[in-house]
Amino acid sequence: MAAKLDLRRFPGFLAITILCLVVLYAPLAVVAVYSFNASTSITNWGGTSLTWYVDVFTGPEAPKFQKAALNSFVIAVCAASIATIIATAAAVAMTRAGRFRGKTLGFALINLPLMVPEVVTAVASLVFFSAIGFTTGLMTILVAHTVFCIPFAYLPIAARMQSIPDQYEQAAMDLYATPSEAFRLVLLPLMTPGVLSGFLLAFIISLDDFLITNFVKGAGIETLPTAIFGSVKQGIKPNIMAISTLMLGVSVVFVSLSWLIGRMGQDKKQAS
Amino acid sequence: MTSFDIAVAVEKVIKRYGSVTALHGVSLDIRENEFFTLLGPSGCGKTTLLRAIAGFEDVSEGRILLKGQDLTGLPPHKRPVNTVFQQYALFPHMTVTENVLFGLLRKGWSRQDAVRRAQDVLALVQLSDFANRKPTQMSGGQQQRVALARALAPRPEVLLLDEPLSALDLKLRQAVRLELKALQRETGIAFIFVTHDQEEALTMSDRIAVMSNGHVQQVGSPKEIYEAPTNRFVADFIGETNLLDVTVQSISDGVATVLLPGDKPFTCPAAAVLDAGSGHLSVRPERISLCAEPLAHLSATVTGHTYLGTDIQLHVRLVDGEAMTVRLQNAESTVVPATGAHIGLNLEAGAARLLAD
Repeated sequence: MAAKLDLRRFPGFLAITILCLVVLYAPLAVVAVYSFNASTSITNWGGTSLTWYVDVFTGPEAPKFQKAALNSFVIAVCAASIATIIATAAAVAMTRAGRFRGKTLGFALINLPLMVPEVVTAVASLVFFSAIGFTTGLMTILVAHTVFCIPFAYLPIAARMQSIPDQYEQAAMDLYATPSEAFRLVLLPLMTPGVLSGFLLAFIISLDDFLITNFVKGAGIETLPTAIFGSVKQGIKPNIMAISTLMLGVSVVFVSLSWLIGRMGQDKKQAS
Repeated sequence: MTSFDIAVAVEKVIKRYGSVTALHGVSLDIRENEFFTLLGPSGCGKTTLLRAIAGFEDVSEGRILLKGQDLTGLPPHKRPVNTVFQQYALFPHMTVTENVLFGLLRKGWSRQDAVRRAQDVLALVQLSDFANRKPTQMSGGQQQRVALARALAPRPEVLLLDEPLSALDLKLRQAVRLELKALQRETGIAFIFVTHDQEEALTMSDRIAVMSNGHVQQVGSPKEIYEAPTNRFVADFIGETNLLDVTVQSISDGVATVLLPGDKPFTCPAAAVLDAGSGHLSVRPERISLCAEPLAHLSATVTGHTYLGTDIQLHVRLVDGEAMTVRLQNAESTVVPATGAHIGLNLEAGAARLLAD
């Protein structure tokens, strides 16, 4: 450790750090702070209040946002669940099947959505759905979300899998467990932290996706991000800030949970 | 030997991984109720053979019989053998009892019988007080006993042990050797034990198979392996030995007369298949004594010594330049010759053995 560079001594370290932090977080801070503004203005401070939070749930736009939030939630839960199942199967195959033809190709394909520009995926999805005559609606959003959630679910699960030696499954089978029992009773419980972590990550990625959703959603169907965008086009009102702050809170909670669960698994492993 | 005395018969087993051959036609009979050790350096094929018996590796050719039943094609969960893994592979999300119950329940025991059996086995390995602990909360030695209990619980026909002591520290390892041996006697089943540690093999085994490069070099009791090695590899791998180049004068009925370096004749037992000519004479360092030079089999010059506590290792050079070591017991009367001194070495009768390459 002693040999590591002390970055703090680099010239300009402090200035660059502060600049980065400001650029990254000042907008979030402004939105969060102004969501508690009593005034209808988005720039003038009119005292602290929860008016806009109340407005989100009871105001004129409340039904629209509630419906959008419900859509977002249902899609995120379904897409994350399906993606997690597929990602778990893929992770088991990639880490346990040894070398097989097309393994690298498989890995690339699983992670492709991370590398392809999102707008390309969005256009391609839309073209694909209309080509096969799939009516756009909730279902198209769900399918598209499931696809781009897979790599996000896959990464933590695969990382977890790599830290589980295959001796455990061998021991299970040595003790008269069929391969499926060995998976269900031994491997899956050991993988759980990775699987949960992957699910939460996929959930949050689905929850706040705008671009792909906007392309493939059917007429009249909104998710929370598209509903917010629709609202903002008619001028930013403080209730948008309140909704955004709520979403930020949900994101932070889920990402933290995902990280904590992942780390919990690591600690357990090190103790053994 | 009648056929039902054999627990595991390994018949001409060949295992290839692509172009690499891990087992070159290995044949072994492991008897009922014996402590059988597969001993060899890493990469000799001993673990591959164990895994083939357990069912984790398919054999390329040949077959393995368990009590007369051909195991070929049978997956691990259908083979009535259990394994103690090198790193134990205890299920970390289960308690000790749940670990032990696992095999019993999968094998179809009723919960009631299984719980009773688990209690008995945990008592056998003296872990009754730890039944509800998680394996991660236990020491290495305790985990090792859980692994033993888990593998013994379903009453396997044969217990397979894959270097189970290598993760323990030295003191513990020595104590566990005796426990393992006692456990084998108590359970009355064959144990097949894999190790690279010759001391472990010598102290615990009824019989040892010494392996190298996918071949079985010799099978025999610890005493046979140590005192009557059939080839140079076995003599060198088991314990310490001096290998001297000698000229063979005559061989008949397993007794050879050889010319030692310095041209003194010496009569010694010879390993079975040997022609006259030149050979290697294996002499154990503890079977050599110092004596007056004119009477000695060998003349040597002392080049130094190493203090080992119980013993003193004396390094000498023979007249033909070959190096040898001699072990002197560290008794009060022992006089260690000074470096540069000329001494005579006397080989005890039967202490040396003529070997093929």
